Amino acid sequence: MRKIFSRPESLRNAVTHYCPGCGHGIAHRLVAEVIDTLGLREKVIGVAPVGCAVVAYDYWNFDCCEAAHGRALAVATAIKRCRPDRTVFTYQGDGDLAAIGTNETIHAANRGENLTVIFVNNAIYGMTGGQMAPTTLLGQVTSTTPLGRQADLQGYPLKISELLAALPGVKYVERRGLFSPQEIIRAKAAIHLAFDNQLKKNGFSLVELLSPCPTYWGMSPVAAMDWIKDTMVKEFPLGRIK
Amino acid sequence: MKKKDVKVLLSGNEAVAEGSIQAGCRFYAGYPITPQNELTAYMARRMPEAGGVFIQAESEVAAINMVMGAAAAGVRAMTSSSSPGISLKQEGISYLAGAELPAVIVNMMRGGPGLGNIWPSQSDYFQATKGGGHGDYHCLVLAPSRVQEAFDSMFSAFDLADNYRMPAMILGDGMLGQVMEPLRVRVPSGAAAKKYAKAALLASKPWALTGCAGRKPNVVKSFYLKDGDLEEFNLRLQKKYSLVRAKETRYEGMMLKDADLVLVAYGTMARICAAVVRQLRSEGKKAGLIRPVTLWPFPAEAFLPSVSPARAYLVAEMSYGQMLEDVKLALNGRARVNFIGRAGGGFPREEAIAAEARKL
Repeated sequence: MRKIFSRPESLRNAVTHYCPGCGHGIAHRLVAEVIDTLGLREKVIGVAPVGCAVVAYDYWNFDCCEAAHGRALAVATAIKRCRPDRTVFTYQGDGDLAAIGTNETIHAANRGENLTVIFVNNAIYGMTGGQMAPTTLLGQVTSTTPLGRQADLQGYPLKISELLAALPGVKYVERRGLFSPQEIIRAKAAIHLAFDNQLKKNGFSLVELLSPCPTYWGMSPVAAMDWIKDTMVKEFPLGRIK
Repeated sequence: MKKKDVKVLLSGNEAVAEGSIQAGCRFYAGYPITPQNELTAYMARRMPEAGGVFIQAESEVAAINMVMGAAAAGVRAMTSSSSPGISLKQEGISYLAGAELPAVIVNMMRGGPGLGNIWPSQSDYFQATKGGGHGDYHCLVLAPSRVQEAFDSMFSAFDLADNYRMPAMILGDGMLGQVMEPLRVRVPSGAAAKKYAKAALLASKPWALTGCAGRKPNVVKSFYLKDGDLEEFNLRLQKKYSLVRAKETRYEGMMLKDADLVLVAYGTMARICAAVVRQLRSEGKKAGLIRPVTLWPFPAEAFLPSVSPARAYLVAEMSYGQMLEDVKLALNGRARVNFIGRAGGGFPREEAIAAEARKL
């Protein structure tokens, strides 16, 4: 019998700690599939964030580095500059990339570092218990916005991908959602392009993935997928930004 | 690159930079701050010549995290700054210690607290030797007092950092950074040349992140979530620190055998105190000097009666008494300890130290 579907070699045979319906499992797998497809498993160095994906290195089957909260792109910058023949990527959440690490993010992008960034946006801090994220939607209830996010008190959802796209050092930015099989296939194509860009020395590439957090959105996994499709995409439109 | 030893006139900042390159450092990230800017500028010019990577980072925080990335990739990596910038780097230094990564951090201390001023100071002794960032860890701290020693220290700093897989710090002050002195640029030759050339290439560090071809994946991390794992890791760190204490403690003793009175000082203050000791000896007073070269581990053995039998000590610092605490711990009540110190731009002058010493 011909085997037509199996675990990517870049993914370990491990049980993840993610909540039911979480998007990280899908995103991890897409990254692993693309790395396998491009034959990069033995040449790639991943940089894991602080946040729900803090132990991504326990699930991926290649070299990985930890980074302090928000500092992934500073760490990745140096790894890539020291080992330009290796493929280096960061995997970061919204709090990591767009709040505590905004400075590192913007400057790595502006230097045009030849890196790939997987940016998982679930509009909330999952690991610490559902606090407001920079990307939390207006009106969205979190443990630190019990009345819903209000623009006059907490500002607006930060569209970091659009901000980064304005920088000349940035070569490719695309936003996809992990809410339907069709969209997940598109997300994989975007991740593939972002890694391929690095191999071609094109410069800084970022893929933003709108990802469900049923636990802290207070929804069933299915309702969370629908919320991305019906609500989140209105604030964060899908498609190629640059 | 220069192949033979040459004699040049360089500032302490530049000597540290050149020394690090000779010692195989091939990654530097820094952010402007006075009084260490000459170091960063020297690296900007020199590092590309040496085939290494220079990055002017967007912040001190980014610089130390870049050092973490380079160290994780197996490269000899360094950053430098001065006091307020070193405070910002503490997060990254704690992660380096937690991930057992070798790296070198240079602090050319200036006055504090806060923005303070840009004048020489020794007020970061506690921060450098007692941890600085969060968690139970230490940096190996070297305190050169001359430009030549600053250059030479870089070999030790990188070697010790690599041997023990821990961050090493060069603790100088703005005076050492700025002063220009004749320097013999020691270019390693023979076996040493091979050793430092190898260190400059991506050294054979089996734990480094190089891509997992032909081996299991490596992970560089400081995170231990499973019950008991972090305690076990901490015990391992403590064991390493005990070994460093036992093997790497360094100091310089001057006329200790017959001394009734011993001055204790490090870095720039030790140079001033050496002059005071000579002055006191010329007056017929039996004075000596202990100059800790490693501040962590602190050379407590220099204070053993068999090494330094004196019953009176005078600690001199450009601070209000930080190393003083380690001296008192080392003597453990067996001798009288006085202190003289100034900070915030001033430093104890020879006459003031001599006058204080004569009281003992």
